[in-house]
Amino acid sequence: MSQKVYGLMAEFDSPGAVLRAAEQVRDAGYRRWDVFTPFPIHGLDAVMRYQNSLVGWVSLAMGAGAFMSVVGLIWYANAFDYPLIVGGKPMFSVPMTFVPAYIMMIMGAAVGALLGMLGINQLPRLHHPLLAKKSFEAASRDKFIVVIGANDPQFNAVETLKLLGDIGGQHIEIVEDQE
Amino acid sequence: MADLANIEELKQLAPPAELRRAPVVEANPGLGGLTDKLSAFAEARMPLWWKIAFAIAAFAATVIFPICLFYQVFTGVGVWGNNHPNMWGWDIVNFIWWVGVAHAGTLISSMLFLTRQHWRTTIGRMAEAMTVFSVAMAGLYPAIHVGRAWFDWFMFPIPNSNGNWPQFKSPLMWDVFAVNTYLVVSSLFWFMGMIPDFAVLRDRSTTRVRRFIFSFLAMGWTGSAWQWHNYEKAYVVLCGLCTLLVFTVSSIVGLDFCTAQLAGWHATIFPLYFVIGAVFCGFGMMLVLLTSLRKLCHLENIITRSHIDKVAKLALVSGLIINYIYLMEIFIAWYSGDPYERWVFGHRFFGQTYWYFGWILIGINVCVTQLLWFKKVRSHLGLLLVIGILINLGMWTERFVIVVGSTYQDFLPANWGKYHPTIWDVGLYVGTLGAFFMLYLLFVKFLPVIAISEVKGATPQGDPHHRLGGATKGGHS
Repeated sequence: MSQKVYGLMAEFDSPGAVLRAAEQVRDAGYRRWDVFTPFPIHGLDAVMRYQNSLVGWVSLAMGAGAFMSVVGLIWYANAFDYPLIVGGKPMFSVPMTFVPAYIMMIMGAAVGALLGMLGINQLPRLHHPLLAKKSFEAASRDKFIVVIGANDPQFNAVETLKLLGDIGGQHIEIVEDQE
Repeated sequence: MADLANIEELKQLAPPAELRRAPVVEANPGLGGLTDKLSAFAEARMPLWWKIAFAIAAFAATVIFPICLFYQVFTGVGVWGNNHPNMWGWDIVNFIWWVGVAHAGTLISSMLFLTRQHWRTTIGRMAEAMTVFSVAMAGLYPAIHVGRAWFDWFMFPIPNSNGNWPQFKSPLMWDVFAVNTYLVVSSLFWFMGMIPDFAVLRDRSTTRVRRFIFSFLAMGWTGSAWQWHNYEKAYVVLCGLCTLLVFTVSSIVGLDFCTAQLAGWHATIFPLYFVIGAVFCGFGMMLVLLTSLRKLCHLENIITRSHIDKVAKLALVSGLIINYIYLMEIFIAWYSGDPYERWVFGHRFFGQTYWYFGWILIGINVCVTQLLWFKKVRSHLGLLLVIGILINLGMWTERFVIVVGSTYQDFLPANWGKYHPTIWDVGLYVGTLGAFFMLYLLFVKFLPVIAISEVKGATPQGDPHHRLGGATKGGHS
């Protein structure tokens, strides 16, 4: 099986250093690059120019969907399919649906948040070229890694290598991926 | 590097030592050392105390528990002490107690996250695990208390051959939704929080088996900025939802009682009463788990005395609210002028059969709680362990007083009766306790018991705007 270059990775020692490095990579005009850190770094979202995450909307949609479905279900079950008189109360009234609908809204929204997060992050995934690399294991420990992808239009092995060195990256390595 | 004069200036502006926040982690060994320290217990051999504790818990969970469970399910609810007029006995007492234990876990992990309390990072995971396992124990009780457990699926809105549906106007039905939602949501929250830590254990694994298991659980997590970006959003959303659950689940359990026209139950304060009681009980359990695991797992520098002090303070606050509610309940019973209400509350303390439970309740939940005012008590771990156990006992007693105290002597003397638990009641409770501790011990041994990535992010080395985190100019010390 042949190998192709996936990108170049460089290691940084502190969150402050990687934050500055990320600013410089961005200002150099790269688009296909990412920063791998052991924990979320305050300020990195702004450097990467990420918009508000869509996870919240997925969660809202599933929560609202669950709420309305339960209201509909209660109407169907207790007022339409099998009308049931309880204590002389109306077959269906909006306030009485609130508690189950609200509880199921929480369930729907929570499932939406988890599935939304996994979906947008493209997880679970079975293979990732970085995970095959021994030196990448430090990214879950105490190192902060910047990877510039070979699919970036501006990627140039020599120029990109130089940039990563200039901004203070250590142990710069080529990451390979199977064709 | 910032110039020295500037740093001196900043030092003078800094608050005095007694006003400074305690560090999240003591004797901070840096990011790498912290990772080693936090994953050490999950990677080391099983210590002797763990094997002994596990053997005891596993005996209760795998021998006593199934025997009591199967005997009850095969024979009927009659094997318990429940009988007319006490249709609710230990099963419901223990159900509320277990739901209560769960609540402090959610409160710690979600509400303290939303209020940005960094110290919660060290104890949040333990609290979440406590929630998940105790809700599972709680959910079991109503499921078998219905008598014919094999018809439990009637409780769910599933089209069935009888053509009937659940009755959605009943708080007992809402309970089904609430407890199941609580179990699912707290498990999701717990699992999602662990994904980055599974990745840590995956990257540290030395054997193929460990590597396979943690790779599977981490699902390909790389920790990229994009992943963290979405992860943090999902985490905030889940925290908000869990906070709603803290106030909802026990409220609904409280509604089971207060919608009944029974003296001692029919009070509007009940939903709040149950929520706060639950949180108080859970903080008691938290004190038991934290003070013991901190020592046994060698986490003294992670779960610091300052953190335990804060948990004890929260226990005190919830305890004081509970005391207020006791006072209010008694006051309203008197103020209502209802002779039955007055009679029930009088009998809680001066009645024929269960008067001593009323005094245990006052003795622990009101008197012992006041000890937590003292800093000397809050810094004495052994004492906190004892207080934690007592709070759990006190809150269990409170549920007994509510459940049995109102049912054994109701409006009509011809209906009066007594309640005595049988060996099967006791056995099932011991079994659930065993199952809870067995699951908890497995969690402590094999999963990341402290949120590794969260703790690292809460240290100065993890702060990009801190000198130790690599900030150059304008960073704070």
